[in-house]
Amino acid sequence: MSIAWYLVVSALIFCIGAGGVLVRRNPLVILLCLELMLNATNLALIAFARMHGNSDGQIFALIIMVVAACEVTVGLGLIVAIFRRRLPIDVDELRELQG
Amino acid sequence: MSAVVFFIAAIGAIAGAIGVVALRNPFYSVLALVGHLLSLAALFLLLRAEFIAAAQVVVYAGAVMVLYLFVVSYIGGGAHQLTPGGSNLRLVAGGAVLALFAELAIAVLGSGLKAIDSDGAPYVSGFGSPAAIGESLLTKFLFPFEVASLLLLVAAVGAVVLARRRKGTTLDDAERDAAHYITPRSLFSGTMAEAVGAIRDPAEPPVGVTDENERSGW
Repeated sequence: MSIAWYLVVSALIFCIGAGGVLVRRNPLVILLCLELMLNATNLALIAFARMHGNSDGQIFALIIMVVAACEVTVGLGLIVAIFRRRLPIDVDELRELQG
Repeated sequence: MSAVVFFIAAIGAIAGAIGVVALRNPFYSVLALVGHLLSLAALFLLLRAEFIAAAQVVVYAGAVMVLYLFVVSYIGGGAHQLTPGGSNLRLVAGGAVLALFAELAIAVLGSGLKAIDSDGAPYVSGFGSPAAIGESLLTKFLFPFEVASLLLLVAAVGAVVLARRRKGTTLDDAERDAAHYITPRSLFSGTMAEAVGAIRDPAEPPVGVTDENERSGW
């Protein structure tokens, strides 16, 4: 399979994730959609690493996985804190920081 | 053969992604994401990224998704029914997503990179193996490696600080009045359930010594 196929799949997954971030209102599902976008980026990076025959892109993908794990940890901590304060778990209701 | 595997894995990945967005219950969304990650690991294997594929399955689909499942079951996945959102938002979001996909497709297919239509560079033995990745991480990319470890530490401490119990704001504090649930009984009695935090029913008749002087003092 040529590299372009992988890049098209990556673009499709990225767009689905972006649409989920825009449409869904449960912060848990928004975090999941962010994971989708990060994974689409990983796929593109690894496809380019294969294209050039250079494994630097794979290192980049590995670092992105670390950053995604950190983002998940902090995001889930925020959701647990929201739940403990008995606030609604809905990003449309949590608008106190909105200007 | 690789084309068949590619199409199966790609369809699985895209179906999993659509499932994450479309399913109502967050629990099923997490399960769809697990399927998506496994399909993506198959794609990584096709691209000769063996170590990344293994890390994806073990760390991502294993550990991180279990963390998600813990939080979903903690806050009660399907219990919170959100009020239906506006259809305008969906239209605008769909338009934005279509525009984004068109832009990405133009960027990919019109990039002018000649190698993009090939199967990639000739395969060198050891490409993407744990040995190659580890050598790169400890020589050329040592600084990003150390920064990543520091980032993980910061995230772990931050999550603990964010999710810690604050007095007076948690769900349980209102009911945790000591005089409310401790019934009079001798000092050294107790149940195994209470040892792990269960609260005794206040209506339960007191057991053992009920003399005022021998009540436990807390």
